[in-house]
Amino acid sequence: MKGTNLGEFEELVLLTIAALMEEAYSVAVCDELTKHTGREVKLGVVHAVLNRLEEKGYVKSGLGEATNVRGGRRKRFYTITSGGKATLLKAREQRDQLWSMIPDVVFKGI
Amino acid sequence: MSKRSHISPRIDRPPRWATRFLEWYCKPSLYEDLQGDLLEYFGRNVAAKGLTYARLIYIIDVLKFFRLYTVQKPQIFKGMNQFILLSNYFKTSVRSMARNKLFSTINVVGLAISMSVGLLMIAFLTDIYSFDTFHEKYDRIYRVGNTYQRLEEDESKFASTSIQAASRIKSDIPGIEEMVLITRNFRGDAAYNNKIIAIEGLYAEPSFFSVFSFKLKQGDAATVLKEPYSVVLDETTAKKLFDDKDPVGELIKLNDKDSYTVTGVMEDMPGNSHLRAPVVASYSTYEIKEKENEESTRLTRWNNMWSNYIYLVVRPDQDIEALQASLNQISAEENEVDEHTTINMWLQPMSAIVPGEDLSNQIGPSFELKMVWIITVLAFVVLVSACFNYTNLSIARSLRRSKEVGIRKVIGASGGDVFGQFILEAVVISGLSLVFAFILYYTAIRPRFLGLSEEISEMITLIPSPLTFLYFLLLAVVTGVLAGFFPALFFSRISVHKVLKNVSSLKLFGNVTFRKVLIVFQYTLSLAFIIGATMAYKQYDFAVNFDLGYKTDNILNIDLLGNDVEKVKTALSEIPEITDMSASTLVTSVGSYWGTTAKYKDPLDSTNINYNGIDENYIPIHGLELIAGRNFISQSDSSAESQIIVNEKLLKRFNIGEPLDAIGETLKVDDKDVKIVGVVKDFHYGKIDSPIKEFAYRYKADQYYVINALISSSDIPGTMEKIESKWDELDAIHPFEAEFYDDRIQKSYEEYLVMVKIIGFLAFLAISIASLGLLGMVVFTTETRLKEISIRKVLGASEQALVFLLGRGFIFLLLISAAIAVPATWYFFNQIVFNDLAYKATFGFLELFGGVLVVFGIAALAVGSQTVRAARTNPAETLRNE
Repeated sequence: MKGTNLGEFEELVLLTIAALMEEAYSVAVCDELTKHTGREVKLGVVHAVLNRLEEKGYVKSGLGEATNVRGGRRKRFYTITSGGKATLLKAREQRDQLWSMIPDVVFKGI
Repeated sequence: MSKRSHISPRIDRPPRWATRFLEWYCKPSLYEDLQGDLLEYFGRNVAAKGLTYARLIYIIDVLKFFRLYTVQKPQIFKGMNQFILLSNYFKTSVRSMARNKLFSTINVVGLAISMSVGLLMIAFLTDIYSFDTFHEKYDRIYRVGNTYQRLEEDESKFASTSIQAASRIKSDIPGIEEMVLITRNFRGDAAYNNKIIAIEGLYAEPSFFSVFSFKLKQGDAATVLKEPYSVVLDETTAKKLFDDKDPVGELIKLNDKDSYTVTGVMEDMPGNSHLRAPVVASYSTYEIKEKENEESTRLTRWNNMWSNYIYLVVRPDQDIEALQASLNQISAEENEVDEHTTINMWLQPMSAIVPGEDLSNQIGPSFELKMVWIITVLAFVVLVSACFNYTNLSIARSLRRSKEVGIRKVIGASGGDVFGQFILEAVVISGLSLVFAFILYYTAIRPRFLGLSEEISEMITLIPSPLTFLYFLLLAVVTGVLAGFFPALFFSRISVHKVLKNVSSLKLFGNVTFRKVLIVFQYTLSLAFIIGATMAYKQYDFAVNFDLGYKTDNILNIDLLGNDVEKVKTALSEIPEITDMSASTLVTSVGSYWGTTAKYKDPLDSTNINYNGIDENYIPIHGLELIAGRNFISQSDSSAESQIIVNEKLLKRFNIGEPLDAIGETLKVDDKDVKIVGVVKDFHYGKIDSPIKEFAYRYKADQYYVINALISSSDIPGTMEKIESKWDELDAIHPFEAEFYDDRIQKSYEEYLVMVKIIGFLAFLAISIASLGLLGMVVFTTETRLKEISIRKVLGASEQALVFLLGRGFIFLLLISAAIAVPATWYFFNQIVFNDLAYKATFGFLELFGGVLVVFGIAALAVGSQTVRAARTNPAETLRNE
């Protein structure tokens, strides 16, 4: 398995899952990401990433209740694990550190 | 009611196969929600962009999700389960077959008969398509042929071309990898020491052995055909001439004139080669000989295109269209010389020679592509007919198996499993049939097919190769699937609760129309074949007994084979049974023609005429009727041709008027002036497929090839022996070749006889299969209706009424078949197959309905025997058991 590093897109997906809380299933994640990033996010990509995140242990999944929509097929809902949370926090910390190292001058005039 | 339940309300659904595919490859743990996601998207897309777009996206998505992490690993357990089931299916199939011996026999026999034809078709196709494939450069060899058009006449295609064409290609078209020019007519009597044999082969350029992959046993491929007067023999010929001696380097003498050096020995050319020659001489020999003859135009004339063949090996990257364009360019230039004819070169890939188009002047055996198609279609039709039997009987008898299917479904079999089971059952039966079919093929069909005509047995062996066996197996599987498809579909759709709750509610007879259509199809086919065979026979009979306008009986045509006419005549005149003799150029009315051009007064108005060169005895012997003038008067051989006898059509062509007026008129034939001395009543010098045209008898002592001997003998074989021994004294080299005129005519119409045999055989098969099927259906119907019959009988129905009741449905089907088959077959043969014939037999009631009556008779026997039996059963026996 590749290291436990979080890729950029993986981080986005993980964040979305955390944000959506109980409602995080593939299509919802897709829609949410599309909305926030402004680029079209393909289901196939999201699906693969979700699968990988689960393998890495950052998310857990479980099937929901059957409903009348989507041909009666159940949805697979994802929830973030504590490991996932820790990774997110770590990623954020690293960024913050880096951000704090940037002198104000750099962004002046933007 | 049961029908409606099958139709679900119309909703927008993604393509079912895509979903199945997803289900098939996807890990079960991922499948459900993934499928749900896709459906959700599908729903959105339908709303946003329409159904078609949504379906397309769905398919793309399904394909895109085929990834490492979604695909399930092959499951061993599942396979095991299938395997166990498979053996169970097999067991049930065998049991069910054993339980219904009659139906199994009908199925197996029917399938075996038709599959044997299928085997023949496969073996035949593999043989035909193996032609010439042994050449290493097979894919790159092209033949240059000519199309020939005289004035405004129809264009005809030739396999041959001119030597001039070869010279032009060599000088004008660069970049052709290899090329070989072949000329026919290397023939004569080859002598070595005291041995003399007749040989016939080809002249070919040195590249012959590198263009083609004919193997040399001895000699160097590059040089064997280089020097003039060198010759390569095949092993058989070498053996004949030299026994076990090494022939290379020896000299053989041809026709007591030229000496040839044997430079090599090649393997006998294989049977599946369209080029066949026991001897090949160097082309340079031919060139030298032609150059010696100053009048000859063979080497240089563009329109001398009758006996030469060009084969090119193109480079792998060669642009064939550009090559054709260069050929067109050359043709256009050459055509300017002669305004009467247009000759164009065309390229024919090696793979399109056999099977290929029907060309004139073929160099070797040929087989029309059209015939390949016809044979394939016929075999397929017979095969399908037998499959219908299986389909029909299985569906009709589905009642007996439906409980089994119901139980299977309850236990957990899906529709697909049941479908598979019944397909497997059909394949088992067709596999069993294959065994019988193979025996039938080897013992009966193959030898009979090869025996149809000599041409066929020379071209193909029909011996299956390992690959062919694989095709045979494939045929069995395909047949099984074809036959089992509809029953399997039917069983897989059976609804469980209906079968188990109340079998009789099963909508068994919903398929009645379907089955009726199948029966009608089978009978239409049978009738069409039998009517076709009768019509072809009638046409053959008509052709053979056609009144040609002259006598042919008791005339024995003896080939001179290069011997002197007078010598042979003198020798034969010693035999008392030969009462009279004449000499001629050819035997007419059997499809050979000699032609030349003739002119009357107008030097610009020339016409093609057919002729036969004859002596003064020919006309009396053949009983030809002279309507004006006289017969030829004997002339010494050396004097120039001066007299001619023409037919009425020729007079009409030149507007000469009444036959009497024509006597003494002068025609220009072959640029020589000849006087018309007689007019012969129009007679059929050609085969009956062509109308009578302009014809002349010429007095040509230098063109006698046949002796026509009038025989009067009560012991024909004895006389023949006498003549033959006389011949052997005269000519030790060439075996005696003679044939009675009537036999020769019969032989020339052999194609019809072959047609009769093939169609007749197919008719026999189709009728057997259809009758078997019908028998099965009748047995089934009477069995299921036995109770009804018994009750009717108890209530007072007479036996005749019952037979009529049971049989009328079938009779009706037969009538429909006849109503379709008779006009369709009549139209097909009269308007399409025999359309080109100038003289057609008229087809009466007997030809059209004779076969129908026979088929009806057989069918009536099948229906009658069963219905009568059912009607005669004692009602007490059937009803008591309840």
